[in-house]
Amino acid sequence: MAAALVVAIVLSMIIGKYPLTAGELADAWLGWAWGHDQLDPTIATVVWNVRFPRVVAAILIGASLAAAGAVFQALFRNPLVAPDILGVSAGSSLGAVLGIFLSLPVIAIQLTSFAGGLIAVLAVYAVGMAIRNRDPVLTLVLAGVAIGALAGAGISLIKILADPYDQLPAITYWLLGSLTSVTRGDALGILPAIVIGLAPLIAFRWQVNLMSLGDEEAKALGVETRWLRPLLIAGATLVTAASVSIAGVIGWIGLVIPHIARMLVGPDFRRLLPASMLLGASFLLCVDILARTVARIEVPLGILTAAIGAPFFLWLLAGGRRGWQ
Amino acid sequence: MSGRLIALAILAISSTAVDARDFTDAGGRVVDVPDVIAVALPAGPPAAVLLYTLAPDKLAGWVNEPSGAAAAFLTPQSVALPTYGRLTGSGGDANMEVVLQAKPDIIIDVGTVNPTYIDLANRVQEQTGIPYILIDGSFEKSGETYRLLGELLGEEARAEVLATYADDTLAQLATTLAAVPADQRPSIYYGRGDEGLETGLSGSINVEILEAAGATNVAAAAGKGGLTDVSLEQILAWNPDIIIAARGSFAEAAKTNPDWSSIAAVKSGAVYVAPSLPFGWIDSPPSANRLIGVRWLQELFYPDAVDIDLAADTKAFYSLFYDVDLTEAQVGKLVGGALPTAH
Repeated sequence: MAAALVVAIVLSMIIGKYPLTAGELADAWLGWAWGHDQLDPTIATVVWNVRFPRVVAAILIGASLAAAGAVFQALFRNPLVAPDILGVSAGSSLGAVLGIFLSLPVIAIQLTSFAGGLIAVLAVYAVGMAIRNRDPVLTLVLAGVAIGALAGAGISLIKILADPYDQLPAITYWLLGSLTSVTRGDALGILPAIVIGLAPLIAFRWQVNLMSLGDEEAKALGVETRWLRPLLIAGATLVTAASVSIAGVIGWIGLVIPHIARMLVGPDFRRLLPASMLLGASFLLCVDILARTVARIEVPLGILTAAIGAPFFLWLLAGGRRGWQ
Repeated sequence: MSGRLIALAILAISSTAVDARDFTDAGGRVVDVPDVIAVALPAGPPAAVLLYTLAPDKLAGWVNEPSGAAAAFLTPQSVALPTYGRLTGSGGDANMEVVLQAKPDIIIDVGTVNPTYIDLANRVQEQTGIPYILIDGSFEKSGETYRLLGELLGEEARAEVLATYADDTLAQLATTLAAVPADQRPSIYYGRGDEGLETGLSGSINVEILEAAGATNVAAAAGKGGLTDVSLEQILAWNPDIIIAARGSFAEAAKTNPDWSSIAAVKSGAVYVAPSLPFGWIDSPPSANRLIGVRWLQELFYPDAVDIDLAADTKAFYSLFYDVDLTEAQVGKLVGGALPTAH
């Protein structure tokens, strides 16, 4: 799987709409080590300002969304769960759309998006805490559906109010996800959030195994689900919100990739998590290659991940969910 | 030997001549632009129209591919230009590598200028290394916009001609409005889409010239903003004197659907279709095409107060701005349904 990722990275750096010869590519790569002086500036721009940030962002986001999906599926003990189950994507979208509507600078739009995702999940969690004496997992999921729908209503309202020439295309395109305009600054900007968010998922992947057996069993085996569950949810939320804040909404990765990983390495979360992250990164790199090459204009990522992910998911369902049990 | 020295000297002079200069854009950004600009890439539809009208030889390509019907009203070489999509950062679908491949000397965006667009311009400029210029696209600044772009692209002479046309149009509009008392100006409803239930609120760039032409946009009663959906019930309550349809299908529906029959505009037969080729005269996109649009609206709203020969004006505008000579049949097709049939 690591090899697949390396192949995907190399392909991502080679394939693009700007035609480069092998020599020019090699020069661009080697020129990095020697300084940009001898390089054709346009080639340096293509390789280092356009392709490279996309590749880094695709790896971070693909790995994050797949990891978040894997941990949510284990925590909720449900194979239909995706990272946006608790409303994080809807909240992030509402934040970004609001930022675009208020004509804020890009960095502020990314921050409103990030904040929106966190606020939505906090709201879901607060509702879950307030409603006791029910199945806590079910309550969280239903609260996520409701808060997500509320955020969706807010997005629709803003779309109606937005300027159709300037803001509406920006909003529509943003909601479909894209890495077109990702800069090195963006990729670096989300790195801390992704590292902090992934840390608990990686550190407690053995406990996640036990929690996927159910709360009672996990407690009996000495896992402090009372604080571990919110910590893991917070980590998954953080990485998802960070991803959405720079790339928009990219669906299906968090749902489908953990399933594929499970088919390949089995349900043991200690192996499932790294496998999901590697596959997620490779998958998003490949989808992004398609996004920037199949048409003259960019095809939004959300369209491609759904077009590829949904049929695959159906095929998986027809196959009787072999990996899940 | 001395010949080589002279050649070197000439080379030195010419290389200083193509040195960058500073250009302050509408966002207050000081951008280094090359002295000679041969290829300019539009970032959005209004910029594409402006560039096409001012310097078609320098237009790198389109934002939206011109439709087959629009192609008849454009020069053949411009129809053959590639389509790049929108290039406004995360709101755009342009492929950065395709953009770089076009090797534009400059990227030009015309429209609203606000912190988001200033920031997006900076990001695209930083990412691609191509100077990115923002220009205010409001209707009353049409002349100013042409002069600014003309200076930028080294097309001062043509820009002056187009800017003068814009200034004359606005001056003529002011004269017309001075002669028509406020109580003789119509209330109008502008319906977009097949159903005609989409319209622009007060301040919307989509209806900017309706208000500039002195009409009362009935939807302004619903507040300020951009486009909005409205209900038939609401339009019945507004009861506009005139309905302008962005599409013929809606005009047909408004005239024949009994539900619409009690509206004043429908009763008096005042349902008109806005000309839309190659670009819409009111919006789609809001750009230079509004200069002929506003002449049409004066003829439509105040036929007795103005002396406009719309057919002649249309031919003159298309020849001057779009570089196409319209046949009578084309003019008829274009403005057919845009004026009362008695004309």
